[in-house]
Amino acid sequence: MAVALFVTCLVDTLFPACGQATVRLLERLGVEVDFPAKQTCCGQMHLNSGYAPEAAGLAARLAAAFADAEAVVTPSASCAAMVRESYPRLAERIPDRGAAAAMAALPARTYELTEFLVDVLGVEDVGAYYPHRVTYHPSCHGLRGLRVGDRPLRLLRRVRGLELVELGDAEQCCGFGGTFAVKNADTSAAMLTDKATAVLATGAQVCTALDSSCLMHIGGGLRRARSGVDVVHLAEILAATDAHPVPSR
Amino acid sequence: MTDARPFPAAARESLADSQLRHNLAVATTTIRARRAAVVGEVADWEGLRRRGAAVKAYSLEHLDELLEQLEASVTATGGVVHWAADAAAARRIVTGLVAATGAEEVLKVKSLTTDEIDLNAGLAAAGVAALETDLAELVVQLAGDRPSHIVVPAIHKNRAEIRDLFARTIGPADLTDSPAELAAAARAFLRRRFLAGGVTISGANFAAAESGAICVVESEGNGRMCLTLASTLITVMGIEKVVPRLTDLAALLALLPRSATGERLNPYTSLWTGVHPGDGPQSFHLVLLDNGRSRVLADRVGRDALRCIRCAACLNVCPVYERAGGGAYGTTYPGPIGAILEPQRDSLERRGSLPFASSLCGACAEVCPVGIDIPRLLVHLRGAEVDRKRGRPLEGRTERTAMAILARAFSGRRRYEAAQRLGRGGDRLARARGAALRDALMGPWTRSRELPVAPDQTFREWWRERAGEDDRGRS
Ligand code: SF4
Repeated sequence: MAVALFVTCLVDTLFPACGQATVRLLERLGVEVDFPAKQTCCGQMHLNSGYAPEAAGLAARLAAAFADAEAVVTPSASCAAMVRESYPRLAERIPDRGAAAAMAALPARTYELTEFLVDVLGVEDVGAYYPHRVTYHPSCHGLRGLRVGDRPLRLLRRVRGLELVELGDAEQCCGFGGTFAVKNADTSAAMLTDKATAVLATGAQVCTALDSSCLMHIGGGLRRARSGVDVVHLAEILAATDAHPVPSR
Repeated sequence: MTDARPFPAAARESLADSQLRHNLAVATTTIRARRAAVVGEVADWEGLRRRGAAVKAYSLEHLDELLEQLEASVTATGGVVHWAADAAAARRIVTGLVAATGAEEVLKVKSLTTDEIDLNAGLAAAGVAALETDLAELVVQLAGDRPSHIVVPAIHKNRAEIRDLFARTIGPADLTDSPAELAAAARAFLRRRFLAGGVTISGANFAAAESGAICVVESEGNGRMCLTLASTLITVMGIEKVVPRLTDLAALLALLPRSATGERLNPYTSLWTGVHPGDGPQSFHLVLLDNGRSRVLADRVGRDALRCIRCAACLNVCPVYERAGGGAYGTTYPGPIGAILEPQRDSLERRGSLPFASSLCGACAEVCPVGIDIPRLLVHLRGAEVDRKRGRPLEGRTERTAMAILARAFSGRRRYEAAQRLGRGGDRLARARGAALRDALMGPWTRSRELPVAPDQTFREWWRERAGEDDRGRS
């Protein structure tokens, strides 16, 4: 099976370890991974900030970059949700019929990583080893956007050495919300404080999620509080083995 | 309604009030759990939601015909219909009607619509005292405050605060904070006024065009007293409240209480049709209020906000509302529904910051009983606000510049990779300019969070290195 990796601009630029882990994990499971280098950003930030025309242009670009891919896999619930929920609508803004059709066709072939593992590959035990106490934050786009349900937990439960601890008020947003974190910084920070408090209450060493953006936010708060709790993307946990623990750890 | 400060500034103030945050967190957590429990009991909640959404969507599509039909039905059953284009017109009509009865005091049934048009102030200016009879509305009125929640107007106050208020205003001074005692104090204060049977002013939850029946739901029975004991009843209703037939209420009356208070049924559902000799109010006036609603209706996407049945479920699950409180929105309708309704009904000029007062977490859309895709409307209105400012060079320029730079950086592989290198600190000059922009944008972030540390290598650099080929330049 061959897939094209949609790594997302955020992971590409700031969190390459998450992208590397996704590649290593998929290859270990026998999947051939391609990385179309033309990809940049899915347009989520522009769309959610009120810049729909700009977002439509970026969406068209991304769809073109993946036009030949049989399946597109991304380690981001929010970017997958962006493609799935908004691309068909954004396509209406694109005059070029072919480009618009490519945008409308992308959602059906796009999978968030845990969806791909559980639904397409049919695996839950990915052969990972990660000897740490971990709590899982179900990011909003995974929980309510994609409805990934317990797929991430099913994967985590099969990781050897991993102790999974439940996060209180897990379904509450961490307060990131893209430009919301800057435009409404005080409200965002109040939400973050509550999320960080819930994470600390679990006694976990690591907080994981399906989105580097949420982890950047939660991690930014945890580090400011000098909590000693790390944030690690789920792909990195699933990629870790005895022989190859994640390099960043 | 009077506070048009941008949301972030108002929220900053309310966030600092730890008592308020505590009260809200306790209250919304309780209502959330109650709602979840009774919604869970319904075998086909999603089907019920779809039926509710369909009734409201149909009614909005046919609003003009339904309103004319409603006017005819109400008139035929002995009521008088008045049309009010805006708040001032509605105030004028209602004050005129009250003046004609000679009443100096009127009783109010809990109504958001009359808050929206600032009716109490209008009546006061005409020398008429309006007394709120809903317990929480009474609390807010006695405190000289504004409601901060659609269903629970005094949600921002705890029992101890209400006890102090009652002891100070309506007595007795030795009141405790037991709910029964507080309710008894309010009852003693209100009951003799109900029995005087003068003029009552209400809002409406629903109206059935076919029969002219008006529906008000409430929990305490005070509304029922006012509605039945009054000699004159004046109902102020937003035009979006009309549905075709009484039977259309079946789904809505099942959705509303479960969503609003976590009750299976509303304790009091009052329905009346026109005037009946010797029974109930002998004079009935229905004021149909537009006040910006037809403007909302004109927007094919934004109009979904008019489906709202004011259950407040979206407020109770909203993490922004829970922390900033209803006051921060500065509007009659706060929370997610306020953030999608008020910028349209009032104006973007005054309420343009509200669609941005959301992390787009989607909790609201998940609970909305009439299936309003609130995050989609928020994004739609953000677009409208950004477009409005595009025509004004001086407003929102920093953000527009940043977004333009980013859109351009993302618009091609070469430019994108160059921007990545730049971000890591290649070109000195460009970095200095970038830093100024970044500080302007990221200052609020770093007040409470660390920024991530840029890695030595981007993902794509790693990928290329791994593939053992350097195809930089090909595009
Ligand atoms: S928008 Fe939906 S959830 Fe919010 S108050 Fe209206 S009906 Fe209730």
